[in-house]
Formats: sequence, structure tokens, C-alpha cells
Amino acid sequence: METTIKKNSGWRLFLQTIMGRAYPRVVGMQRGKSWIFFDTFLPLLSVSAYVFVYRALGAPEEYVGFVIVGGAMTAFWMNILWSMSSQLYWEKETGNLGLFILSPAHLMAILLGMAIGGLVATALRAGAIILVGSLIFHVQYAVTNLLQLLAVFLLSMVALYGMGMMTSSLFLLLSREAWHIANLAQEPVYLVSGFYFPVKNLNFWVAACASLIPLTLGLDAMRQLVFPSGALLGFLSVPVEIGALTVLSVVFLVGARLLLGKMERLAIREGRLTESRR
Amino acid sequence: MNLRSFRVASWLGWKIESNWTDPFLFAVYSIVKPLAGAAILVVMYSVVTGGNFADPLFPYIYLGNAFYMYVGAVMTGVSWAVLDDREHYKTLKYIYTAPVAIPFYLMGRGVARFITGTFAVVITIAAGALFLHVPLDLAQVNWPLFIVSLLLGVVMLALMGLLLAGVTLVLARHSDYLGDGVAAALFLFSGAVFPLDVLPAWLRPLGYALPVTYWLELLRRSLVGSVAQAFPTLAGFSNLQLLGILAGLTALVGVSAVFVFRWCDWQARERGYIDWTTNY
Repeated sequence: METTIKKNSGWRLFLQTIMGRAYPRVVGMQRGKSWIFFDTFLPLLSVSAYVFVYRALGAPEEYVGFVIVGGAMTAFWMNILWSMSSQLYWEKETGNLGLFILSPAHLMAILLGMAIGGLVATALRAGAIILVGSLIFHVQYAVTNLLQLLAVFLLSMVALYGMGMMTSSLFLLLSREAWHIANLAQEPVYLVSGFYFPVKNLNFWVAACASLIPLTLGLDAMRQLVFPSGALLGFLSVPVEIGALTVLSVVFLVGARLLLGKMERLAIREGRLTESRR
Repeated sequence: MNLRSFRVASWLGWKIESNWTDPFLFAVYSIVKPLAGAAILVVMYSVVTGGNFADPLFPYIYLGNAFYMYVGAVMTGVSWAVLDDREHYKTLKYIYTAPVAIPFYLMGRGVARFITGTFAVVITIAAGALFLHVPLDLAQVNWPLFIVSLLLGVVMLALMGLLLAGVTLVLARHSDYLGDGVAAALFLFSGAVFPLDVLPAWLRPLGYALPVTYWLELLRRSLVGSVAQAFPTLAGFSNLQLLGILAGLTALVGVSAVFVFRWCDWQARERGYIDWTTNY
């Protein structure tokens, strides 16, 4: 007896694709528990070094909290670089990209699934870093407005993953240089986005330009909302940063939609979907 | 055969590292990343001290961070070659079947990273001396101590890389994290960017057991002698004593690297891991 498979189309297929692509990212974490060590303990080593730098300098204890929160947020940036932006490059390398294009699934849904799965998995890692780091270094938090904090976090994530989806379409055209470009976007971004210090300490225009990276404003607003002296060290007021993050979210999501279509056509025309120049 | 394997691997490594783009973009790539890493520490220092770069702690942090770039470059460069050749290029099995001395081949692959690392270290230190008042006087530098320490340190890092390369051969998952993880641990426990006294007392012995701790101290002393006197951690040791400790620990790392690599190499051949592709 033949088993009939119900085939979806339209928005059902779109949703099914999102769930299908998010599934391995979330379930993978349950199957291989080693991430608890590699994705929590190892980032904590780097974060701890920065904590001890502040301690050697005799900085106020709140700076330790700034480093812990910033260090946890690096997990999201790494996820954007290596598992969003450059993901289509990896898929090309392993031969999956051509299959994605051949299937009736929409590439935008595949990217959304990657984003949602990556966000959930990375949130767990970032949470673990904050929890362990805060316990080790006795970080004190004083949340002033929980609603705003949730809004800032969610908007930062929507804008950030929208940005990741947008840049992944650019990476669609890249070959060997993809790895190097992703690698280059680590330390410079940690610097200009103020991952380990309040971004207000940079030149105003540098901080303003860096605000195009959603984590800059997101981190700044979160620090203002969870540390007693955060507001004094904030770059812009929290409501302004929420407004800016909302604009960035819309721009990046729409940009991702438009750019993906354009780049997919360009990649097909130039025959770059299946090339493998190692 | 050993020297030829090393020389050809060095040439191959350089091609892999550099020919993905044009020389200008490659130079930018080689400079921007390390300078940004140093700038993070400079801003952190500046935020807390209000820009008081005259304190001896600043050159301690700055020079420690600059020379630490070699750790990531050389050590990870050597161990990464296993992952790169096995998983990415899928050529490790062909190299094993060719008349190549594998340990020398792997160390040769680290040479390219050593060259780009040197480029980054020199530019970072020059930027510190020119713009951030790092008190570097070329006439006052203890050049013999500097050259001997630097060479000994690079050999020590290459041997640590070989040790990690051996472990990478028998790891299925997370082997890409191995070099970075060890580098992060060394960054923390060797007091690269803060005096070891800042660490909790129970963690300090780890720092004293690491050759990188003594290597960085020797490099700081040879370039800016006054920095060493400002911190009590290793002040009780003379330069010669530190050099002796570094040489002893390097020999220990070398012996361990040879034995660990041999054992892991045998295990990898026994279990069929040489042409393993996990796509993890």
C-alpha cells in the first residue's frame, strides 16, 4: 500500500520550510550536549580576561557587568557571522545550495528558519554565559524597566537577524574570501559596537555609524536598563534607541527580501550557485 | 626530507593564506583585525584611567597583547592545518601517502601565519610607540635578549601547535574550537594583559606553569625594562633565570608534543581518521 504524502504549497510550505530549517539548529543542541562546554566555558575564558583587565585597572565593579553582558552578546554576533551571513557559502561548499534552489521552498523561508533556529540556540548560549559569568564575578543587576528591556532585546534580535539575512545574500556571491571577510568582522565590530565598554566613550560619529549594527544600540540600551549607573554612560536615551532599532528592523527585513531576490538572480546568471573555488 | 617538507609546506601555507584576494586587501585584512583587538584594550584602559598612558600598566597590557598575537597565529596556525587539509581541502590523505614528514609539514603550514602575525605585531607596537606613548626606545632595547626570547617562544608555540594538531587528528567534533580554546585559556592564565597577581590565588599556579607567561615577561623586559620592575609577580627572577625556565618548559612541551603527536597519529591511522570528513 502506498503512503500518500501531503504536499504543502503557498504560505503552508513557507511555514513548513521555516520549521524545517530551524529544527536542526534547535534539536542539534539537545543531541550534542558538548556545546555546554564549548559554547559557554570557552567564551567565558575571553570574557574573564577582560574582567581581570578592569580589575587590574581598579575600574568600578559595574564594568565587570558590562563585560559579561557584552561577552554574552558576542555569541549573537558570532552566530550572525558564521551561521547566518556565511551560511549560504557553507551550503554552497557542501553542495546543498543547488538543492535549495531546485526545491519549491522559498529561499527567504530558509533564511528565516536559520534565523529563528539560530536565535533560539544562541539565546540559550548567551543566557548560560550571563548566568555563569554573573555567578563567578558576583555581578549585581538592577532592572529599571522590564518591559523596555524585553522590547530592546527583541527589537535588537529582529534587526540583527534581519541584517544577517541581508548579508547572507551578499555572501551568496562570495567564494573563498567569505571565510576571511567573516573573520575580519569580529574584533573591529567588538570595538566600534562597544562590546566591552560603553559605546559613549567613542567619538560621537563613530558611535553613530556603529549604530547601523543593531547590537550597538541594543547593548547600550540594555546596559542602561540593567545597571544602576548605566543611564549615565548611555549613548542615547532608551526610547530613542528603541525607535532606532524599530527602524533598523524594518529596513533590514525589507532589505533582506529585496537583496535576496536580486542576488539569487545574479548568482544564477553568473553560475555561482554551484561553483567551488577552494 | 624534513627540511623539504617544511619548506614546501611554508610555501603552500603562504599561498593559501594570501592568494584569496589582491595584495592591498590582504594587507588591510592583516592590519585591521589585530589593531582593532589592541584598540579594544586601549579604549578600556582609557575609559578607566582617563587616558593616563604614563602608568607602567599600560605598556604591560599593550605589549603583552601585541606579542600574544603570535600565540593565535603560530599555535593555531599549525593545528588548524589538520582541519583545513582534512575537512576543507580533503587532501590530508594524499599528503600522508606522499613522501612527506608530517610533523614538519604541519609546522611549515604555520609559517605563513607567523609571517602575517609578525606583520601585525610590528604594526601594533609601532602604533603604540607613535600614538600611545608606549615608552619604546630602540637604543635601550636589550636586542640579544629580545631575539633569543622571541625565537625560543616561536619554537615553543610551534611545538604546542604540533601537540594540538595531534589531538585534532583524533577529534570528530569541536576540533575547530581546540586552538581558539587553548589560546583563550593561555590569554587568561598567562597574564598576557594583566599582572598574574590580579588572578585569584588558587589560579595563579596555572599561570606559573605556562611557558607563555615567562616568554611574555622576557619580551616586555627586553623592550621596556622598567615595566618589569613595576609588578612584583616575576620581579624576583633575573633575565637569565627566566630564560632558563622558558628553555626548560619549551623542552618539556617539545617532548610532550612529539609523544602526543605520535600516539594520536597512530590512533588516527588505526581508526581510519586520516580521510575523515565530518562536516561538523
